[in-house]
Amino acid sequence: MIKVRIPTPLRPLTKGQGEVDAQAKSIAEMIDTLNSAHPGIKDRLCDDSGELRRFVNIYVNEEDIRFLKGKETLLKDGDEVSIVPAIAGG
Amino acid sequence: MAKMKALVCRECGKEYPTKAIHVCEMCFGPLEVKYNYEEIKKGISRKKIQDGPQSIWRYADLLPVEGPAFLGPHAGMTPLVRARNLGAYLGLDELYIKNDTVNHPTLSFKDRVVAVAITRARELGFETIACASTGNLANSVAAHAAAAGMRAYVFIPGDLEAAKVLGNLIYKPNVVEVEGNYDDVNRLCSEIAGEYAWAFVNINVRPYYAEGSKTLAYETVEQLGWRTPDQVVIPMASGSLLTKIWKGLHEMKTLGLVDDVRTKINGAQAEGCSPISTAFKEGRDFFKPVKPKTIAKSLAIGNPADGYYALKATAESKGAMDMVSDEDVVEGIKLLAQTEGIFAETAGGVTIGVLQKLVKQGTIKKGDVTVAYITGNGLKTQEAVIDAVGKPHRIQPSLASFEKTFKMGKNGGGDA
Repeated sequence: MIKVRIPTPLRPLTKGQGEVDAQAKSIAEMIDTLNSAHPGIKDRLCDDSGELRRFVNIYVNEEDIRFLKGKETLLKDGDEVSIVPAIAGG
Repeated sequence: MAKMKALVCRECGKEYPTKAIHVCEMCFGPLEVKYNYEEIKKGISRKKIQDGPQSIWRYADLLPVEGPAFLGPHAGMTPLVRARNLGAYLGLDELYIKNDTVNHPTLSFKDRVVAVAITRARELGFETIACASTGNLANSVAAHAAAAGMRAYVFIPGDLEAAKVLGNLIYKPNVVEVEGNYDDVNRLCSEIAGEYAWAFVNINVRPYYAEGSKTLAYETVEQLGWRTPDQVVIPMASGSLLTKIWKGLHEMKTLGLVDDVRTKINGAQAEGCSPISTAFKEGRDFFKPVKPKTIAKSLAIGNPADGYYALKATAESKGAMDMVSDEDVVEGIKLLAQTEGIFAETAGGVTIGVLQKLVKQGTIKKGDVTVAYITGNGLKTQEAVIDAVGKPHRIQPSLASFEKTFKMGKNGGGDA
């Protein structure tokens, strides 16, 4: 089981939950799984061509997936995934 | 009618009320303040600005607050120094240093953005203020919070310069040192910001906060006698400062305060953290995040929030971007200090190093009116230069010892 932390703008889709569980072997699969349980979530994370939107940041165990294998990054039981919209700061 | 119309998504254009939010809930794009320029234009003039306070608040008509300044009444209006010696050394006829090493109260450009952010945060009813910072921002938030009697949490990476850590502790905010780099701090703070009703100046209050940087453009133009410079060189961390200087210049044109803007916007990064400059040099409009490794810690953001928009602004203005090594950063700090008597922090070394590079390449030309933005004070990053400045001449308290060391001639003026 993977733990996924949901950012505030997506919580209306998860009935207000800040953390949900998902069963998935990769980030791409996780997005599909989340979308089955919480319809609409994929459209928010991905553009029309199915790629992650420019301002969506995803981290697996605190590591940015752009340093891993992007959407093809593999997940294993116990991993924690964070979704962070429009990284701010600076 | 209010000068702020709404917050608007920079990607999809969806509008939101002017609350403490920073992300479009539809496409996750960043939000920006949308102004009612027609209304602002009716009330603004060069004379009104010149008659205003000696601070950023002389441009209050263009800042995203509803009432008077709650805090930071002295931020801004720092000197625009005509850098004749450095200009002569580099071969530039008209070079200026916008010297934010002496900003009030914490000696960096962050005093501008925090004055705006904290004023807006108060208007929105917040009592706790927070930030994710590479140092200067934390210092400014801590100082302003102390003066306002607000509770503060400042989050910093675990490897900051001693003076930047001390520069927080002295004001007694909650200083949280995160084991990780700035990007780790930033991600963590994004998650914390979702859980607590705090004003995170550079997260949920960021649309207002970032606007404070525009004052660097307004002041430059006013101090140049209502002229826009031909070239500017700006250090980049998140890229926000660069995009806001570009925006500020264009607002002045929109409002009829200047006739035209032909300023070329140039961005500067350190080689050890140059995701934006690298993308520019490779002709890409998107950047790849990096793991920073540079002494220019104030610029060490590997995943820059405004990298995309900084690339756009530089391209639109037909400017350039470049990067310099850590050795060049140290040389840049020394060069500015030894020609102009201004002691900049590492970000200033990056700016001077890149300025020098752009002049050598012919990108910035002899006759170009050029402004280099020096955004922080060298006393905060002493570690960077401590081994590069030599030692004092240690002597006995006697004339003989002095003269032996300096081999004085009859008229004085010997060197050791």
